[in-house]
Amino acid sequence: MSEERSKIVTRAVQEITDGMYVNLGIGLPTLVANAIPQDLTVMLQSENGLLGIGPYPLEGEEDADLINAGKETVTAVSGAAFFDSAESFAMIRGGHIDLAILGGMEVAENGDLANWMIPGKMVKGMGGAMDLVSGAKRIVVIMEHVNKQGESKVKKACTLPLTGKAVVNRLITDLAVFDFTAGGMELVELQPGATIEEVREKTEAAFVWHADPSDRPGGGSL
Amino acid sequence: MNKLVATVEEAVLDIHDGATLIVGGFGLCGIPEHLIAALKARGSQELTVVSNNCGVDDWGLGLLLANRQIKKMISSYVGENKTFEKQFLSGELEVELVPQGTLAERIRAGGAGIPGFYTATGVGTLVAEGKEHQTFEGRTYVLERGITGDFALVKAWKADTYGNLVFRRTSRNFNPLAATAGRVTIVEAEEIVQPGELSPDDIHLPGIYVHRVVQGGVYAKRIERRTVTSREGTR
Repeated sequence: MSEERSKIVTRAVQEITDGMYVNLGIGLPTLVANAIPQDLTVMLQSENGLLGIGPYPLEGEEDADLINAGKETVTAVSGAAFFDSAESFAMIRGGHIDLAILGGMEVAENGDLANWMIPGKMVKGMGGAMDLVSGAKRIVVIMEHVNKQGESKVKKACTLPLTGKAVVNRLITDLAVFDFTAGGMELVELQPGATIEEVREKTEAAFVWHADPSDRPGGGSL
Repeated sequence: MNKLVATVEEAVLDIHDGATLIVGGFGLCGIPEHLIAALKARGSQELTVVSNNCGVDDWGLGLLLANRQIKKMISSYVGENKTFEKQFLSGELEVELVPQGTLAERIRAGGAGIPGFYTATGVGTLVAEGKEHQTFEGRTYVLERGITGDFALVKAWKADTYGNLVFRRTSRNFNPLAATAGRVTIVEAEEIVQPGELSPDDIHLPGIYVHRVVQGGVYAKRIERRTVTSREGTR
């Protein structure tokens, strides 16, 4: 894993606390599972019908009937449950999932998320992403701060078709952590090694930042 | 009450050109692989297929696609298939992309006699364009329609001859929903038992929704992404 991605995963896992029901998106978010501390009891939901995703199976023990939403062979933890797709999305749409950690192509300063479609390229579909962003209690997006061309993925407004409107609660990049509130987008943490100058330079979105955390409207603590 | 059919060929014989099919499975997991093969041999054309995915190039619904039997797909994710991309870009294949949870609920609703429902999924995005919106307690929702099909193709683990079904692990996925929404529901199972052999407490889908049951034969159960933990304990 690149240093940027590793920083993102290390910070993202801190969003998960004991007793949570969590859905991890495909790609970078899937890697967060490996970083969850052993002493936490967390149930990972897979939208194809599993609550309690376990590690990949031992070689030779793969079961074609037991996969995750990324179609990878997995196992089920002790205490897991299987169910159909309508039940799965009743959990999601009904607000029973505590946290969804999803990847992103673009996030805008108003909390809009785009992560499913690039016009002009083959459209593969949104899968369960639109349901998750409108249904889970808390949406954390994790992505690299800039794209391969060095352009900011943290936008004033998304240029790509949206997955959801004003749905992101927190954005974690390799440079910083941002929260989205009624007061707008706020930088709440710098990643190790990042400076506010670098974040300003690489961020198209407007955000507020309080050099002294006690100046924040909600008080000092994050 | 006995719904047992002798062969998969017989089970799909009346699937006519232009039919709408609701097909269970997620990726290649829990797909009705023998019914799909029989439908390929049957050669029905101009099919509309409602299914979360469209198989891969040489397996699952990808077989019907390669055989040019599908006119329209209603799916949530179709990324695993080059034939799909080619036919879509050439305009040969029509595609309606639906958020996965909305697709599941549309099928569930169709099978439960509910013509439409409101959901917050997709509000403010392309999928909500042109649809009726309604506000409930300050939040905006979009109206989505229930789906029914001429036929449902379903894969179960165990079935009895009355059509009571049990699914295994994550191969359940869209299968029980599809079963409720077909005017004719055709089930292939790995194992068929006599009524009474499945405990009523264990049945995932009651036989009332099922019209035909057939033993599928030997299952290939292809794995799309084989991921393992090595015996040394690292991934």
